Amino acid sequence: MAAVLLAGALPAQQSSPASAPNNAEIHVLPVQGAVSMLVGGGANITVQAGKDGILLVDTGLPELAPKIIAALRTLSDGPVRYIVNTHVHTDHTGGNEALAKLGRDNPPPTFPRIIANLAVQERMASNQIDVLWPNDTYSTPFKDFSFNNEPIVVYHIPAAHTDGDSLVFFRRSDVISAGDIFTPDRYPFIDLERGGSVQGIINGLNKILEITVPLRYQEGGTYVIPGHGRLCDEADVVEFRDMVTIIRDRVQDLIKKGMSLEQVKAAKPSFDYDTQYSGSPDAFVEAVYKSLKR
Amino acid sequence: MGESGVAFPSLYDVWLMSALRSVFWLAAIASARLFAQADFSGEWAPLYHEDAPERLPGPELADYTELPINAAARMRADSWDADRISVVEEYQCRPHGSDYSMRGLGNLRIWREFDPATQRTLAIHTHMLAWDSERTIYLDGRPHPPDYAPHTWQGFSTGVWEGNMLTITTTHLKENYIRRNGVPRSDQAIVTEHWTRHGDYLTVTTVIDDPVFLTEPLVRSDNWYLDPGQHIGVFGCEYAAELPRPEGAVPHHLPGENPFLHEFATWYGLPFEATRGGAETLYPEYRRKLTGYKPPEKCERYCTCTNLFNCNR
Repeated sequence: MAAVLLAGALPAQQSSPASAPNNAEIHVLPVQGAVSMLVGGGANITVQAGKDGILLVDTGLPELAPKIIAALRTLSDGPVRYIVNTHVHTDHTGGNEALAKLGRDNPPPTFPRIIANLAVQERMASNQIDVLWPNDTYSTPFKDFSFNNEPIVVYHIPAAHTDGDSLVFFRRSDVISAGDIFTPDRYPFIDLERGGSVQGIINGLNKILEITVPLRYQEGGTYVIPGHGRLCDEADVVEFRDMVTIIRDRVQDLIKKGMSLEQVKAAKPSFDYDTQYSGSPDAFVEAVYKSLKR
Repeated sequence: MGESGVAFPSLYDVWLMSALRSVFWLAAIASARLFAQADFSGEWAPLYHEDAPERLPGPELADYTELPINAAARMRADSWDADRISVVEEYQCRPHGSDYSMRGLGNLRIWREFDPATQRTLAIHTHMLAWDSERTIYLDGRPHPPDYAPHTWQGFSTGVWEGNMLTITTTHLKENYIRRNGVPRSDQAIVTEHWTRHGDYLTVTTVIDDPVFLTEPLVRSDNWYLDPGQHIGVFGCEYAAELPRPEGAVPHHLPGENPFLHEFATWYGLPFEATRGGAETLYPEYRRKLTGYKPPEKCERYCTCTNLFNCNR
């Protein structure tokens, strides 16, 4: 089972660790409105807390659950009512079980609702991923509900980082939780085996830009919590979207010229971004190439 | 007190008075040292005697001279298409970073913020004409934010006095440019500024350390003169769709297909390789490598450019 868990947590192109170091610390960053961000738990965790309880977007690595809970309790003593999984990988879903236990005293139905796109549950089933599965899936373009007096919209982004990606928009707090569609300090991981594609990533980034409104002069306003990395706003998403789009265009041009995968890699179409973004450039270019050749 | 009723100070009183006088003078000296720190408060007008063509009409495409950029920065700049500024709405109201804003339309206001209890300067604030950019430079010893905190156009600045010079360290900048022709400066850059005042003149020396795009620090200086009558208007900017474009389009030049890379070298009579930037090209020794190069006989472009009104080609 450990091997299965590892397979879910560490896809080939992903640079995040499969397990957290023992000295990992969880930091709490208030974002705005009712939303905060927990950093250091593997993937970023978004917390919306209020009088009705807690909503989490993603739950981090399972071994860090005690520390995540301790950090969460600095924000609220309330029960966990909702968990939204942005996608299937276990650095985002590994803490589902431990954090769902903070909702045991919920009124019927007692267990917290774990929301995800239907594809997440299907991937968990088919890949035998050992985490607590979503119990409230959706298969529509979006799903909305209200919690803590805040409208929350969950958008499905088809075939992006995986085939089950969700963006979560907190409409009153004006915060988007983006999952791994947006990772500002590393190349995006396109999980081709689980239905990802470069065009889906770009579509997801453009969807974020469609929602975000800067406060003034391209700064502040709507904040964006990435799957990994620092808190961002629209301008940061633009830089990342431009990078993915430009590399997509370059690889597409090389494919049109009849180049093989090895020739495309040798041309180094991501060279001017390699000093800026972590992760393997070759793996990213390969994923873009294979995605475009499909 | 003596027997006659006249008060004579005791030895203790004499010692106490002497000690108090010492404390007073020490406090006065310390206070004078505090007040000797330069006061930058006021309205400052920019001087464009340095790099005016780059700063006023704007840099030529593919002019990377005097920039210690690496190959990644050069490729990024080569692929940059100026259409991005107009086609992509999110770029239209994008301001300068605080490291670059000192070089742009830099009409500048500076004021101090005091702690009412101690009258110590807590922070220095700046307002720039361009994009109404406002910035705070903290002098109260606070640490910089953690890595996961947001980055801004102005960044997070702290300052310390080094004698009469204020040294400012800025982190948490958003990605931006070090030259307005697409030469990038990353969000990992650390910018150090040295502010010095000489009478009615202010000099800011800026040192940019960017592990992503520079192979050695980029050092630049800019100057202002005190202009108490200056009035800084509202800048204002509103983005709008100016051209029809496909959704999500990002204008750029594919590698090897930018037709404008040689313009600058041709117009100014420069060897193309010298316009490509890099640390080596910053130093006088580089001239020895330019064998066979003959400078043009006369200047024909931006020859007298020092302000907004004489910067004509």
